[in-house]
Amino acid sequence: MNYSDTSIAATTPFLSLENVRKTYPGVVALDGFSMEVRPGEVIGLVGENGAGKSTLMKILGGVTTPDTGTITVDGTAHKDLTVEGSLGSGIAFVHQELNLFENLDVAANIFFGREPLRAGPLRLVDRAKLREMVAPLLKRVGANFSADTQVADLSLAQQQMVEIAKALSIKARLVILDEPTSSLPLAETDKLLDVIKALKADGISVIFISHRLHEIERVADRVVVLRDGMLAGTLGKRDINHDQMVKLMIGRMLKEREKASEAGRAPGAVALSAKAVRTPTYPSRPVDLDVRRGEILGLAGLVGSGRTELARVFFGIEASLGGTLELNGKPLALASAADAVAQGIFLVPEDRKLTGILLDLSIAQNISLPNLPAHARRSLVSNSAEVATAEKQKKNLGIKAPSVQTRTGTLSGGNQQKVVLGKWLAMNPKVMILDEPTRGIDIGAKAEIYGLMRALADAGVAVLMISSDMEEVIGVSDRIAVMHEGQISGILDKDQFSQENVLLLAVGKPAN
Amino acid sequence: MTKKDLGLLILILVVGAIVAIINPRFLLPINLANTSNLIGLFGILSIGQAFVIITGGIELSVGSVVALLGTLFIDFIAVRGMGWPIAIVLILVLGAIIGLAHGWLITRLKLQPFVVTLCGLLIYRGVARFYTADGTAGFAFGQNFPTLEFLTAGRSWGVPNSFFALIVIAIVMWVVLHRSVFGRYLYAIGKNEEAAKYSGIRTGRVVMAAYVICGVLTALSAIYFAMYTRSISPASHGQFYELYAIAAAVLGGFSLRGGEGSLIGVILGTVLLQELQNLVNLLGIPSSLNFAVMGGVILIGVLVDQQWGVFRARRRMVDAARKGAVGAAAE
Repeated sequence: MNYSDTSIAATTPFLSLENVRKTYPGVVALDGFSMEVRPGEVIGLVGENGAGKSTLMKILGGVTTPDTGTITVDGTAHKDLTVEGSLGSGIAFVHQELNLFENLDVAANIFFGREPLRAGPLRLVDRAKLREMVAPLLKRVGANFSADTQVADLSLAQQQMVEIAKALSIKARLVILDEPTSSLPLAETDKLLDVIKALKADGISVIFISHRLHEIERVADRVVVLRDGMLAGTLGKRDINHDQMVKLMIGRMLKEREKASEAGRAPGAVALSAKAVRTPTYPSRPVDLDVRRGEILGLAGLVGSGRTELARVFFGIEASLGGTLELNGKPLALASAADAVAQGIFLVPEDRKLTGILLDLSIAQNISLPNLPAHARRSLVSNSAEVATAEKQKKNLGIKAPSVQTRTGTLSGGNQQKVVLGKWLAMNPKVMILDEPTRGIDIGAKAEIYGLMRALADAGVAVLMISSDMEEVIGVSDRIAVMHEGQISGILDKDQFSQENVLLLAVGKPAN
Repeated sequence: MTKKDLGLLILILVVGAIVAIINPRFLLPINLANTSNLIGLFGILSIGQAFVIITGGIELSVGSVVALLGTLFIDFIAVRGMGWPIAIVLILVLGAIIGLAHGWLITRLKLQPFVVTLCGLLIYRGVARFYTADGTAGFAFGQNFPTLEFLTAGRSWGVPNSFFALIVIAIVMWVVLHRSVFGRYLYAIGKNEEAAKYSGIRTGRVVMAAYVICGVLTALSAIYFAMYTRSISPASHGQFYELYAIAAAVLGGFSLRGGEGSLIGVILGTVLLQELQNLVNLLGIPSSLNFAVMGGVILIGVLVDQQWGVFRARRRMVDAARKGAVGAAAE
């Protein structure tokens, strides 16, 4: 192992795993995995879904017991950790899904269940003391909000800071961040990366799990790559780069994005056209936007810039407060999503589990749902027709599931997303709107979804892709429209694509 | 038939066997006929309720609707001299209108089902009492409607015709709920209304239709109840019937959150409830304890079912964890 930072290399590791092996009936989840984390070191942990990251996290959190191997925390060797043991030795987790009480303030959240009490039988919370205890923690994470702010009023990045402050409050020495940036917009991500640097400066170790490799490039001292339960490789500070990580993760190079960046594609006629459309969130900001046949139009912008609201108007879920929509030159009136679906305008929504699919229904039932009358005879559902449609989509999209009768709730995120896509692909889309289509999906499935979007565009479909992932927007789109506070602040053509330009437009400044 | 339904059927048979052993009169044709008549009446009512509950809603006005429409029906044919086939159609249309109004308030004006139908419960009861000036609606001495009486309160081969009516309705509604496009929409909406909407389903219309179905079936049962009692005092007629219907659905495996339950379940739930009523009578339990016995049994039933659900969920999680690990290795 090579350390660029010799001061870190010299210290004894805070945590070291040796030859850890964990098997579940029939499979090996971790196969002789070893790694160490030194005080003040930021480790980027990457690997495809199913590479063994979650098993590793469960072992560190004391939720599962490894079969063999040793875990040494702070000089003490263990055969396994308990939940209390893990907490007690200063290992704290910040999960992708935050565990905060939105209706309570910041201070109450950080010391929930451990509030300082006033003397007396009533066990009243000593608010003055509580605030005193919270202040230094908030300062350490660089919070720009006060301890008595309601959590519901904070942005996602700020909520993550609260989680990290909570971790610090139990005197954590190792903070494990599991996909902390997957739902963060660009500017907020920077804040979080700064917090990680601040933790490092205080001598706290960080394990940073992310699918966003450029963020790992920016903060990690060392990258540990997992593949098939084994250590695929370790990259020292100087060797950390995107291609190396991807190579180690999947053992091959990705081609999808390069294919997408072929220049000189002739755009088709305008399919969906919005003229002075106004969403309820930004009632005074009219939006004009054209999506052409055969193109992937990327819609970038900060979270809260009105992208999702616009998509909801295009899909008929929300009514426009004015302006007009046109489909292939004809006026379009959308009173509900059913109207949009009837016109061939489909949406793959941002929140897969809440709005994309019905977790309790089978793959086949989900896929047939928008087009059920076509799978029925005299209003009675034909199971064989349903299964036939679903089988076709399962094969086309490579949905990994035992059968099309499998409950979608049991599938992985990537496969669930493919079910959402499948239900629309079975119906001849004219306009396909995808809102953060690859969020929380592993890199292999991402590439497949990019490939699918490209195939749709090649078949003449107008594709509108909302994404907060800069690499994705630039790599996949043919044109990029950027939103800022409810308005389109600019549209970039291929030759103007750059992270800087997107970011400038996203914060409301003109592009270069 | 699901495992849940099968469990309920076994419970019904076991309770029946115990009652029959203690008091053999349970198996007398006259007792079975009376009980199956009540099963028919309450069954029709409960199927309507089930269609609303499957969407995640609730219909509390059922008992008051039984009183109001029952009163009107008797008034139409006994006092106003309307032909009974026309009266039946009129009553069913009124039931549909009530359901439509509830559905409209709930889906278009976004009021909560509990609130809307609670107000309905109060309003219809009040209107029924006002309509008869707090008196009793009934037939005059010697007034006869042989065909109507045969169809509603009569028997064929010793079996009450109301029970046959239930069977026909149950078969039709089973097809609607478990085989039709509409039934699939109902389940989808009950499970996750947002996701159903995002799949292009006009959820408002579907939910409204569920309330209309409930209204029509309630109206039909109101006619049966009216012809069964033959005289109605609107202050008490049909009181608590909404709770019988909800209880039957809950016993039958319906979740008040929506999206769960089967038609066979709600029928079996009705059967069990009526069996318990019968049990209270036959075993000499003071009839004042009637509700307490029902409540106790429902509570135990739901508790067992819930614990069983927790157990199964835990087992499923273990299985999924194993399978997940298998899948992970395969990738």
